[in-house]
Amino acid sequence: MALALAILIWAIVLASVVLFTGEFGWFPPQISAHGDAMDAQFNNTLVVVAIGFILAQVALGYYVWRYRDRAGGRVVYTHGNAKFEVATVLITAVTFVTLAIIGQRVWIDLHLEDMPEDAVQVEVTAQQFAWNFRYPGPDGQFGRTVPRLINDQLNPVGLDSGDPASKDDVVTLNRMAIPVNRDIRLTLRSKDVTHSFFVPAMRFKQDTTPGLAVPGHFKALKTGEYEIACAELCGLQHYKMKGFLMVMSDQEFEAWLKERAEF
Amino acid sequence: MSDSAHPVVHPAPTTFIRKWVFSTDHKIIGIQYYFLALIAVFTGLALSVLMRLRLAWPAESWPWLEKIFPLGFEGGVMSPEFYLAMLTMHGTIMVFFVLTTAPQGGFGNYFLPIQIGAHDMAFPVLNMLSFWVTFLSMGVMFAAFFVAGGAPISGWTAYAPLSALGEVAGPGLGSGQDLWIISIALFCVASLLGALNFITTVLNMRAKGMSLMKMPLTVWTWFTTAILALLSFPVLLAAGILLLLDRIGGTSFFIPAGLVVSDTVIESSGGSPILWQHLFWFFGHPEVYIAILPGMGVTSQLLATFARKPVFGYHAMVVAIFAIGMLGFFVWGHHMFVSGLSPFSALVFSILTLAIGVPSAIKTFNWLGTLWGGKIRLTTAMLFAIGFVSLFVSGGITGLFLGQTSVDVQLHDTYFPVAHFHMIMGVAAIFGILGATYYWFPKMFGRMLHEGLGKLHFWLTFAGVNAIFIPMHLMGIMGQLRRYAESTEFKFMEPLQPYQEFVTIAVFVTAAAQLLFLVNFFWGMFKGKKATENPWEATTLEWITASPPPHDNFGGRELVVHHGAYEYGVPGAPRDYVMQTDPPLESGK
Repeated sequence: MALALAILIWAIVLASVVLFTGEFGWFPPQISAHGDAMDAQFNNTLVVVAIGFILAQVALGYYVWRYRDRAGGRVVYTHGNAKFEVATVLITAVTFVTLAIIGQRVWIDLHLEDMPEDAVQVEVTAQQFAWNFRYPGPDGQFGRTVPRLINDQLNPVGLDSGDPASKDDVVTLNRMAIPVNRDIRLTLRSKDVTHSFFVPAMRFKQDTTPGLAVPGHFKALKTGEYEIACAELCGLQHYKMKGFLMVMSDQEFEAWLKERAEF
Repeated sequence: MSDSAHPVVHPAPTTFIRKWVFSTDHKIIGIQYYFLALIAVFTGLALSVLMRLRLAWPAESWPWLEKIFPLGFEGGVMSPEFYLAMLTMHGTIMVFFVLTTAPQGGFGNYFLPIQIGAHDMAFPVLNMLSFWVTFLSMGVMFAAFFVAGGAPISGWTAYAPLSALGEVAGPGLGSGQDLWIISIALFCVASLLGALNFITTVLNMRAKGMSLMKMPLTVWTWFTTAILALLSFPVLLAAGILLLLDRIGGTSFFIPAGLVVSDTVIESSGGSPILWQHLFWFFGHPEVYIAILPGMGVTSQLLATFARKPVFGYHAMVVAIFAIGMLGFFVWGHHMFVSGLSPFSALVFSILTLAIGVPSAIKTFNWLGTLWGGKIRLTTAMLFAIGFVSLFVSGGITGLFLGQTSVDVQLHDTYFPVAHFHMIMGVAAIFGILGATYYWFPKMFGRMLHEGLGKLHFWLTFAGVNAIFIPMHLMGIMGQLRRYAESTEFKFMEPLQPYQEFVTIAVFVTAAAQLLFLVNFFWGMFKGKKATENPWEATTLEWITASPPPHDNFGGRELVVHHGAYEYGVPGAPRDYVMQTDPPLESGK
C-alpha cells in the first residue's frame, strides 16, 4: 500500500507537470504594453513554485514508501535539527521576498508612473449589467455629472447640460474604442454596486468601486476586438455583463469618435 | 497552574436532557459540534453538486429537480439567482459551520481538556452556551433558504453595497440577506465565548508537569486558533451590525452618496464599500488559519504516532504555528489588490503575504522530517494525514502567485484563487478533520471504524479532490471567472466547457465517495469492533483513559506528566512509545 500511495502522489505530480506544460490552454494572447512583464513574472513564479512543489511531493511519496513499516530495524530517534530549520528559514525567506520585490515592478508601472500629457482619456462607469464609456470630446474636459439626472435610456451617466464642458462629451454603451499604441488614461466608476473591469487580453483588471474614481492606465499594441468581462459579483446577470474593447488606428478612432459625437 | 491536584469533579448528570441536550460536559458538547458540522458539510456538498450540474451543462433541463426546487428550476433549468444563492450558502455553510466548527468546536472541545489532563473546560456553562448559540445561528442561516426571495446572492463575502441595498439590487437581498447577517452575528458571539474558554483552559487547567512545551501540537493549534478567533470575530461582528444598520437603520457606513440602482437614486451619503472589505478581510484572512491550523496540529500528531517517531522540530513547529497565526493578521489587504486600495499599501501587503510562506515551508519540511527514518503504519488516519501534507503543499504554494500584486491582477476572481483556497482551506482542512475522525473515533465512541472501508474512502477522495482542483488552476489561467452561473456568454471562456464537464464528473465521484464515510461512521458507532484504551499505541493523555472516557475524564486519577508529547522509538525504553504519564526513564530522559 505504501508503494501505491507513493505512485499516486507521483502520478499527481506528473499529471500537474503535463497539464501546465502541455497544450491544454494558457492565458489568452496578450496585447498590452505591460502584459509581457506580467506574464514573465507569472512564469518566473511558476518555476519557483514548480521546484518547491515537485521536490516536496516527490520526497513525500519517496519517504512514505522508503520508511514503510518493515520487520526489524529501529526508527531514527531525533527531535530535529536546528541548522536544518535555520537553513529552511533563510532559503525560503530570501526566495519569497525576492520574488515579491521583483513582482512589484509591473505593479509600480501600472499604478505609480506618471501619465504623459497627451494620453487619451476614457471614463468607465459600470452598472448592473452594462458598461458605459465616456470620452471628454475636443475640449479634453469631462463635464459635470449628477446622479439624479441619470436615466438608463436617455442619460446613462447623468451628464449635466448646464456645464459647458459636458456638451461635447461622448457616451457609449458596452463598446470602448481606443487608439493603438497610445497611452490610455482610465477613470473607473460605478453607478450602483461594485463591479470589476476585466480585459483578459489587456492583462488589466480593476474594481469599479462606487463612491470612488479609481485611476488606471494601459496601452494596447495590437488592433482588434477584445472582450470586457465583469470580474466582481454584482448580481443576477453578472455572468452576462459583457463589453468590447475595440483597438483601432488613430484615424479610425477619430472617425469613430466623431460619428458618435454627431449622433 | 494545576487544578488536577484537587480535582473539582462535577457530579455526572442523571437526566437525559442534562446529559445529552443541555450538557456542560465538554465531550458531549464536542460531539454535538461534530454532528452539527456533519449536517452542515453534507448540505454544503449537496449545494456544490447542484452548482456543478449547471456549470457543466448550463442549458440542460432537469424536470425531476423542478419537482424538488419548483422556484429554482422553473422549466427544469436552474435559474441564475438559484445558482448564486447556492454559491453564497455553500461558501457560508462550509466556512462557518464546517471549517470553523468541526476542528475547533468539535475536536478541540472534546480533546483539548483531555490532552492537557483537565477534567473539563474552564467554563462549562459558557461552553454549553457557545454550542447552542452556534446551533441557533445555523438555524437562522438555513431559514434563509425558505424566506421570500430565497437565500442571498451576494456571496459568502457579502460585499457592500450589493449586500446593503436590499431587494432593489437583486433577489435574495431582502429578508434572506438579513437572516444571513443575523446568523453570522450570532456565530461571532458563539465563537468568542468558545475562544475565551479555550484560552483560559490551556493557561490554567494543565495537569501537573504539563509545561507548555510538553503540550501536544494539537493543543498548540487549538490555543492559537482561539487567539485568532478572539481577535478577529469581534471585527466581523461589528461589521455585521453596521451592515444591518445600513439595511434597516437608515445609516450609510458602506453606502456612498449618489448611487443609482435601476434608475432609482439611493438616499444615502458618505459610506465606503472599501470599509466593508477591510473589516471583512481583517476577519476573513485569520479565518483561513482558524480553519487550517487545527488540521496542522492533527497532522503533526498523526504523523508522529504512525511513523513511530517524535515530531521533527517540535519547537520550530510551535514557533511556526504562532508565526502563521500572527502574520495572518497583517495580510488581509492581499484580497483587495484590485479593489481601489492604495497601490502603496498593496506593496506592503504583498511582501508580508509571501513572508507567510516561510513558516509554512518550515511546517512542511518538519513533516517530511518526521516521516524520515520512521516505521510508517499506513492506517486510514495516517493516509489522511499524508494526504493533508500533499494538499497543503499543492494548495499553499499557489499562494506565491496570488500574493504578488502584479500576478494577482490577471488571476483575481478567476478559478485560480477558487482552486487555491479550496485546496488549502477547503480540502486540506477537511483531510485534517477526516484524519482526526479516523484517529479519535475509537476514543469518542468506544468502537473502531472499518479500516478497509476507510481506506477506500481515502483513495477515492484523495484522487478525486486532485482531479477537481488541479485542472481548476488551469481554468483560472485561461480566464474562467468565478461566480459565473455559466460561461457561455464569452468567447474567451468557450474552450473551457470540456474542463467544466470533467470537473463536474470528478465532483460527482468524490461526493459519492463521501457516502462510504457516512456508512462507516454510523456502522462504526453501533457495530464497530470494541476499542481498547490505546488502540494506536499513542502517547498523549487521551490514551491513558477508557474509550470513551468517564465523565471526569480520568476517573479521579491524579495525573503527573513526565514526558514530551511524542516520545516514540526512545532508545532504552521498554516499548516503542513512552506515554506522557509514564514514570521517568532511568537514563533521566
